[in-house]
Amino acid sequence: MTRTASGTEVPRTTPIVRATLAQAAMELRLLVRSAESLLVTLGIPLGVLVFFSVVDVLPTGGEAPVDFLVPGVLAISVVATGLVAVAIQTAFERKYAVLKRLGGTPLTRGAFLVAKGLSVAALLLVQTVLVVVVAVVGLGWQPGGGLLLAPLLVLLGALTSTALGLLLAGTLRAEATLAATNGLFLVLLVISGVTFEAEALPAPLAALGALLPMGALRNALDSALSGEGLAVEATLVLVAWGLVAVVVGSRRFRWEP
Amino acid sequence: MPEAAPDAAAAPGTAIAIRGLTKRYDRVAAVAGLDLEVAIGETLALLGPNGAGKTTTVECCMGYRIPDEGTVRVLGHDPRRDRALLAPRTGLMLQEGGVYPHAFPEEVLRLFAAYYRAPRDPEELLQRVGLTGSRRTRFRDLSGGQKQRLSLALALIGRPEVVYLDEPTTGLDVAARRSTWELIEELQADGVTVVLTTHLLDEAEQLADRVAIIDRGRLIAQGTLAELTRAEHPRVTFVARPGLELASLSAALAVPVTEPSAGQYLVDADNEPELLVRLSRWLADRGERIEDLHTGTSSLEDVFLRLTADDIEVAP
Repeated sequence: MTRTASGTEVPRTTPIVRATLAQAAMELRLLVRSAESLLVTLGIPLGVLVFFSVVDVLPTGGEAPVDFLVPGVLAISVVATGLVAVAIQTAFERKYAVLKRLGGTPLTRGAFLVAKGLSVAALLLVQTVLVVVVAVVGLGWQPGGGLLLAPLLVLLGALTSTALGLLLAGTLRAEATLAATNGLFLVLLVISGVTFEAEALPAPLAALGALLPMGALRNALDSALSGEGLAVEATLVLVAWGLVAVVVGSRRFRWEP
Repeated sequence: MPEAAPDAAAAPGTAIAIRGLTKRYDRVAAVAGLDLEVAIGETLALLGPNGAGKTTTVECCMGYRIPDEGTVRVLGHDPRRDRALLAPRTGLMLQEGGVYPHAFPEEVLRLFAAYYRAPRDPEELLQRVGLTGSRRTRFRDLSGGQKQRLSLALALIGRPEVVYLDEPTTGLDVAARRSTWELIEELQADGVTVVLTTHLLDEAEQLADRVAIIDRGRLIAQGTLAELTRAEHPRVTFVARPGLELASLSAALAVPVTEPSAGQYLVDADNEPELLVRLSRWLADRGERIEDLHTGTSSLEDVFLRLTADDIEVAP
C-alpha cells in the first residue's frame, strides 16, 4: 500500500494470477487472430491428415494410411504451434518493443513465460481434439493404446517446441526468425516421416529426421498409439532438445529489439 | 540487508536521485557523470538535442540499463534490484511501439489493467485519450497520434506515483496536444512525479516545474524556467522581411543586430525606449513592416539554443 501525495491509498501488490491469465488470454487471441498463423497451426495438419488418408498416393508402409498419419499429424500440430507460431509471434513482439514495454510493467518474466505456455497449451488442446475427432469420426481411426502416454508426449513435445521457438525469437532478428522457422518447418515435414514412411528417404536423411524434434515426437507418438509403449530413444531425443533450448535460451534470450 | 528497504541515503521528499551516472555503449559514454534530483510531485522536463542521453537516463531509472558508474534511486529503491517493488508504482510511455501490432486499444488497456491491483478504469481512460472510436482498430492501423495517446493511457492505467513520458505530444494535432497536457496537469494536481523528455520547448514551458538541459550526457543547466531565462542577458527580437541590411541597422542602433534565421532578428541590447524609437525609425525610413516585436528576458528556446549551439551547428 502506498499513499499518493493527494492522500489516496493505492494497494501495490501485483495480482499475479489475474495478470498471468489475462496475459495468456491475450497471447491466445493473438495466436488465432492472424490468418497465416491459423493456416500453419490448423490448416496444414488437418489438410495433411484428410488428404493423405483419402488419397493413397504416398508410401505409408503396411498400415492403413490413417494409422500411419495420426502420430505424424499430431507432431506437425505441436511443432507448428509451439515452434513456428510462437517463434514468429514472439520475434515480432521483440522487434516492436512489446517485450521491452512489458518489462516496465509489474508482469514478471516468469509470469510472461507461463502465459505463453498456457496459450500454446490451449491452442494445442483444440488442435489435438480436432485431429482426433476427424481421425476417429471421419476416417475410422482406432488407437491401439497410449491413451495416457500420448497426451504426456504431446505435452513434452509442446514444451520442447515452445522452448525452441522462444530460443529462435530471442536470438535472431524477426525477419530471420520468420524465414528460419518456415524453412525449417518445410524441411521437417519432408524428412521426419510425418507424411510418408521415412524409409522412402535416403538412410542418412531418415536418420537425421529421427534426431530432430518433429521426427522424434512422431516416432514416440507412433509407438505409444500403436500400443508398443514408451519409445525411450525418441523420448530422450525430445528431452535433450528441450534441455538445450532452455539452457541456451535462458542465457542468450534478448528482450530488447 | 533487507532488499525492500528504501535506501537510507535518499533524502525524504526525493522521488528520483541520480548521482554520478555514467553509461557507455561500446566505450562511448551516452551519459557521463550525470547528477540529477527530482522531488516528489515535481515535473521535470529533460531537454536536450537528439543523442544527448535523455533516453539512456530514463532507461537507467526504469531499470532497463545497468549504470557503469554512479547510482540511481527511484522512491528510494534501486531500479534493477527492486524492480518488483517499483514496477507497480511507475508508469512508462515509450515514444513508439511497445504494443502488439495486431491488438486493439481496448483489449491492451484491459490487459495492462490486469497487471495492477487497483488500476484506473480502462473505459474512462480510453475516453480521456479520445480512442473510443478506435477501440477495435488494430494498433498497427492507428495513426501516429492515436498510438501516442494509447501509449500515454498505458502509462497511466496503474495509477503510478512516478511517470516517465518520452515525447508525449510529438506528432499530435493541436486539440490532442491540449487534452494530453490536461491529462498531465491532472497528474500534477494529484501529486504524481513526472519526468518529461521533450524537444518541444513550449511543452516544457507549459508543464514543467523545473527544466534540466543535458547535452552529450552531461547536465549543462537546470532550474525553474524563471531561473534559466533570468540568467540570459536582455535582448530585443523582432520579425520582419528577411534580408534587411544588418550593417546599416547595427550602425543606426549602435548595438550588434543579427538574423539567426530568415526574417528573425535579434538585437543584442536591453529594451530602452530610445533603442525602440531608433529601430522603428530605421524600419519606417525603408518602408519595412515590423511583426512580432519581443523585448525583455529571453525565452527558454533562446537558452536552449545558446547552450546546445555547438551540437546544432554540427548537425547534418
